[in-house]
Amino acid sequence: MLIKKGAEASLYLETWHNRKVVMKKRLPKKYRIPELDNTIRSQRTTHEPHIIHKAKEAGVPTPTIFMVDVADSNIVMEFVEGKQVKEVLDAVSSEERLRLSGLIGLMIGRLHKHGIIHGDLTTSNMILTPNGKVVFVDFGLSERSEELEPKGVDLHLMKRALHSTHHKHAKECFKAVMEGYAEAVGKEETKKVTAKIREIEKRGRYVAER
Amino acid sequence: MAAKNSADSYCLGIESTADDFGAAVVSFEGKVLSNVNDAYMPKEGGIHPREAARHHAEVAEKVLAEAFETTAIKPQDVNLVAFSQGPGLGPCLRTGATAARALASYLDVPLVGVNHCVGHIEIGKLATGASDPVTLYVSGGNTIVSAFEAGRYRIFGETLDIAIGNCLDVYARAVGLQQRRGVPFGAVVEELARKGERFVSLPYTVKGMDLSFSGLLTAAVQAYQSGKHSLEDVCFSLQEVAFSMLTEVTERALAHTEKPEVLLTGGVAANRRLQSMLAVIAEEHDARFCVVPIRLAADNGAMIAWAGILAYRSGISTPIDKSYVNVKWRLEEVYAPWVEETTC
Repeated sequence: MLIKKGAEASLYLETWHNRKVVMKKRLPKKYRIPELDNTIRSQRTTHEPHIIHKAKEAGVPTPTIFMVDVADSNIVMEFVEGKQVKEVLDAVSSEERLRLSGLIGLMIGRLHKHGIIHGDLTTSNMILTPNGKVVFVDFGLSERSEELEPKGVDLHLMKRALHSTHHKHAKECFKAVMEGYAEAVGKEETKKVTAKIREIEKRGRYVAER
Repeated sequence: MAAKNSADSYCLGIESTADDFGAAVVSFEGKVLSNVNDAYMPKEGGIHPREAARHHAEVAEKVLAEAFETTAIKPQDVNLVAFSQGPGLGPCLRTGATAARALASYLDVPLVGVNHCVGHIEIGKLATGASDPVTLYVSGGNTIVSAFEAGRYRIFGETLDIAIGNCLDVYARAVGLQQRRGVPFGAVVEELARKGERFVSLPYTVKGMDLSFSGLLTAAVQAYQSGKHSLEDVCFSLQEVAFSMLTEVTERALAHTEKPEVLLTGGVAANRRLQSMLAVIAEEHDARFCVVPIRLAADNGAMIAWAGILAYRSGISTPIDKSYVNVKWRLEEVYAPWVEETTC
């Protein structure tokens, strides 16, 4: 059963050896020529499970991978019970909102500390489980890097996602994200990354000094 | 004060953001009565802001006169003057702003400063009947994926470095293509790309919903200069990679917002290959695909006039002492009360 039709892949809820699983299919994109499309799909299919595993090592909850089929660009993984953070962030109490934001920041910090750049930090890619954990589910655009620049871009994306989807609470949420981030990477590193984010924002086109 | 809704109200729109100086007369009902343009052509290289501004000052009188000569409307019939207040090149914007201020004072009508990006979106909506689209706005200076939410056109994705139009222009110059009057470099590349057959691998850079074209530009120029690939093949590959990137982020925004329409606007909207790619994703997401007509795709006065009318009708005008240009005016900073909230 199709549960989410994303731009990058479609997610199907399936039963696989008596387990409830998500099958992530990177279906051919008709708008792309096959040469380009095949390369992008197989690269992302190989890459994603690898990074998901690295994220676990970093202490960030991610779905368990059961099977990878590069030829068809399919990944079979655990179905994570819970709700998208996108759906709950504006609805919960302000206390819970700050807890969630801080926790998200902590997780991003752990990823970055281990050289993992998520590449698509939006609240629809995070699942809040019934026991209060936040599971990061989509690593389709992630990359490995120890450099400051991609870390800054990553957090800049998070900030932008908050502003476009949760504009009412974006400011306080991002502040809490950065506090959680500091817990994982330390104050010094956070300062550097914060300066980088500001630099990226100014670099963006037509950004007035804020 | 002039009647705000009457059918015989007209707005003069002046556009001078970059290389084009444009003037148009648009009725408050949204009828484009005239739309005149004169483009600055650099002898070599890209746009030199001061040279372009000098061009604008030289042609302003002629363009403005022509905007009235081609209609039955006289300057005295105009109820509103709108001008492009930003973002864009400072000297160019100031030239248009000066003309607009002078005319508004002389005709004793209100002045309204328009955000150039809003102009592209609104003229696209007017011309296609789109009401609440995900917009891909692509031009020489901008690459923005946006959608309306809570009073503003929110930016969902944009370029982290150069605009797609700029990428195509610089590439075209670097590989030695010649610009002809009235034929943008993008059209020259498109024509060559149609003859390309072999795909050359080039970097594909999508970061979430944001894009980067500078690495792609360098790689494409190097691929041609290596002598291993034909110009047609490199043009073809550059277009395929760049437009696939644009389509991917637009699809992400569409999946995220679930809007009912996809609107393609801006100068690069004229590209058929880009149009065909976006049509595919629109269909897959049950959205209507809308593309701005070619005569309103590039920078023009009509889009400024129309966005000015919309703003003015919702009570917005710009006093002359607040009409200084804003070269870095972000789309998201514009409060757009004229757009009806159709979602949430």
